[in-house]
Amino acid sequence: MSEYLAMGGHAAFIWPAWGLTALGVAGLIAFVLAERRAARKRLAREETEAGR
Amino acid sequence: MFSYLANPARFDRFARIAIPVTGFLALVLILPGAWFALFASPPDYQQGETIRIMYVHVPAAWLGLALYLAMGVASFVYFVWRHPVADVAAASIAPIGAVFAALCLASGALWGKPTWGAWWVWDARLTSMLIQLLLFLGYMALRGALEDEKQAAKSAAVLAMAGLVNLPIVKFSVDWWASLHQGASVMRLDGPTIDPSQLLPLLLMATGFTALAGWLVLYRMRSVIIDRRARALQAQREARA
Repeated sequence: MSEYLAMGGHAAFIWPAWGLTALGVAGLIAFVLAERRAARKRLAREETEAGR
Repeated sequence: MFSYLANPARFDRFARIAIPVTGFLALVLILPGAWFALFASPPDYQQGETIRIMYVHVPAAWLGLALYLAMGVASFVYFVWRHPVADVAAASIAPIGAVFAALCLASGALWGKPTWGAWWVWDARLTSMLIQLLLFLGYMALRGALEDEKQAAKSAAVLAMAGLVNLPIVKFSVDWWASLHQGASVMRLDGPTIDPSQLLPLLLMATGFTALAGWLVLYRMRSVIIDRRARALQAQREARA
């Protein structure tokens, strides 16, 4: 296992490359989900305002 | 297809089906792709284990370019036919493309250091890819800087279309100039020159990331449409007051 994680001595390059990619993808997913929530909230507010 | 989806109601019906489909595809392609890339594929005979960086680097690079192409085409459709959904698409793509272009450069640097002995060289391929990232960022900055939304959309569309010139430069930089970066080994006229044991994880990751990018873009597009509807209501309310 530790030999696998060492990646032939290149662990310091391979794992950060995968880690950054995972972080970027997770960040994008979190961002689009938050954006949807904000947009829904805004529309709901405007629709109540319009119905008043 | 463009004129069909230009109708926001039809786009919404399309997106409601396409979002779960692309999301599902992303999962079932990326999970086995990552498993093959990290565990079930051999090290390269020259690069050793660092070839495993390629399985995230190449999909990120591919998406950096493909998303820019999509943004440029959407901008063209908006500029010529003024389809609002095309503008929503271009605006939605920009930050997603920027992230993938940045991931391409970052993973490339992490591969370059152990392989070439340098994080960065001002090489034709690296420099043109950096310009691609700056085009995404410039597009976002321009959109954000202009107050008038129509004006922002039009100006940003012009920038996006002009930036399309850089795509063939990135793609063919390794053929046109003496580059440190290796040439194409998958998208070649004479077929891939990469071993099947390494081509399989690469294709799974590349198609999976493409599905993921499709999911991200479509999901964002629906949010932007919802937000624009809210803003239109707000404008009506303010006009009445």
